[in-house]
Amino acid sequence: MSRVILQTHDLTVRFGGHVAVDHVSCAFRTGELTAIVGPNGAGKTTYFNLISGQIPSSEGRVELNGRDITRASVSDRCARGIGRAFQLTNLFPDLSVLENVRLVIQSKAKMGFSLFSMADSHRDVTDRAKAVLEKVKLFDLRDQVVSALSHGNQRKLEVAMLIALDPAVYMFDEPTAGMSVDEAPVVLDLIAELKAEKDRTILLVEHKMDVIRTLADRIIVLHNGMLAADGDPVTVMASDVVQEAYMGKELEDV
Amino acid sequence: MIVKLLSGDMPRSKLLSAILLAILICLAFAPFIFPGVRSLDTAARICVFILLVASYDLMLGYGGIVSFAHTMFFGMGAYGVALACTYMERGFGALIVGAGAGALLAAVVAFLIGLFSLRVRAIFFAMITLAVASAVAVLVSQLSGLTGGEDGLNYKIPRELTPAFKFGSEFLGVKLNGKLLNYYVVFFGAFLLFLLLLRIVNSPFGRVLQAIRENDFRAEAVGYRVINYRTAATCISAAVAALAGALYAIWLRYVGPDTALSFEIMVDILLMVVIGGMGTMYGAVIGAVLFVVAQNYLQELMSVASAAVEGIPLLPDLLSADRWLLWLGLLFVLSVYFFPSGVVGRLRQGK
Ligand SMILES: Nc1ncnc2c1ncn2[C@@H]1O[C@H](COP(=O)(O)OP(=O)(O)O)[C@@H](O)[C@H]1O
Ligand SMILES: [Mg+2]
Repeated sequence: MSRVILQTHDLTVRFGGHVAVDHVSCAFRTGELTAIVGPNGAGKTTYFNLISGQIPSSEGRVELNGRDITRASVSDRCARGIGRAFQLTNLFPDLSVLENVRLVIQSKAKMGFSLFSMADSHRDVTDRAKAVLEKVKLFDLRDQVVSALSHGNQRKLEVAMLIALDPAVYMFDEPTAGMSVDEAPVVLDLIAELKAEKDRTILLVEHKMDVIRTLADRIIVLHNGMLAADGDPVTVMASDVVQEAYMGKELEDV
Repeated sequence: MIVKLLSGDMPRSKLLSAILLAILICLAFAPFIFPGVRSLDTAARICVFILLVASYDLMLGYGGIVSFAHTMFFGMGAYGVALACTYMERGFGALIVGAGAGALLAAVVAFLIGLFSLRVRAIFFAMITLAVASAVAVLVSQLSGLTGGEDGLNYKIPRELTPAFKFGSEFLGVKLNGKLLNYYVVFFGAFLLFLLLLRIVNSPFGRVLQAIRENDFRAEAVGYRVINYRTAATCISAAVAALAGALYAIWLRYVGPDTALSFEIMVDILLMVVIGGMGTMYGAVIGAVLFVVAQNYLQELMSVASAAVEGIPLLPDLLSADRWLLWLGLLFVLSVYFFPSGVVGRLRQGK
């Protein structure tokens, strides 16, 4: 049964006089993949930052499973089930690929304060990390230092970190940005797989309209920080807002 | 077995392994290899400083936290032992109470500093530690009734750890007395605590610290409450530094501001951790050995050299023993220039 898991009420943030996210009220249901679209600077990343807690809101509330988490810390929200992949790759650069993923699984297992055991002796954690790396096809690169990876592989690792966390709410921020044409489908297939596997709640910021058409159950459009449209893909894509402000330009990129 | 003892953190360089093994053997058998009073004193100092620098590395090299209060924590352990030995009945009980109280106090103070300042910015924490450390140093010299002020404290440690206690005549030419036992208390204390630190940096907790050092923003986003980890690392580091201070106090049987609280020691610690290599633990060993040996013997080496070049203009002046700090400074600059990741980092690259 689908139910509302995440909800924002009049969520707003101002940077000086600039309102980056403007009274956005929206509910997200389990099992639903919502695409969030809008031109650059529309406030998509900022909206994500407000939900996962990287920046405090000026106004409004965020609710997860009916509980107000507007004041909760980032790590607390993560522990409660909000997981986030970043638009700008944001990893642990001097650690190995495997260690990056291992750290996520270790966090989920609440082992961070284990002081006297050897990290590498926790086989189950390492094995799960390896399984995730197999899934995203990074297994062979597991011992490489992250800073030595290509951009495309760093993006894949970014996705792998989120899969390792397996949160109740997945938030992907332009996961294929800057990826080559043959790398991007790997990531998109992973997201499609996540969606098919079980009732996951997925929020996806993505520009490629053909991708959205096949993946999304619903589209919301942000424009100047405001919620400009919300509905099923066919309706939203046909709407004037999208046609005018967005589609015309973006279709050329596809 | 060795892998377990080292917590899987192998030196990862043949030369480094050889050097570390040589250092371990030299320190373990120091009373027999270097029987002189002065050289044994140097060996004990090295043991203490390895531990002290390693505890600092936990915070700086693994946690990315800059603190200027490490000497203060060291001093808390040293004064803990000194005060306990002065005001309690002579015996091992006083040592344990003093060391324990010093470590506890260090951890509590570290917790308070961390709680109030780690939340803000790393630089703020550094500034607070500087302020608190200066304040404590002043306080200790002011409270001369309790702490002996600038003169420090001389006190009695258990008779079993003093030269007056004899438990045999000689072994391999070394007098079997309490001084020998005292050295081994220091050696094993430092050795075991070093292994403990090595375990901690290779534990899941240690990995989180490294993650925070690399990218605290992301560490928080994958669910680690950064402030809690930083505070915990600071407390552990402070407590171990205090225990190093306690060992030093047991060895010296004297504690004063110069030996246990001065800002110079703080600078020395920074030099040792940088020369050895941050974030490696083994760097602490290399850094402490190089530094303490240089500090103790560079002056002599230089007066010999200065005598050798007598007659040549300028050179004897440059090599005069009073200039040893200048040369040490030069060595430091060169080592940072050529080995930015420290001696350990250099050796690992070169394998
Ligand atoms: N931390 C910040 N401080 C000031 N302005 C910001 C900050 N973050 C975002 N903005 C501004 O908010 C607007 C929305 O940005 P963003 O959410 O990144 O857009 P999008 O992800 O939709 O491209 C932009 O005009 C951006 O300049
Ligand atoms: Mg963005």
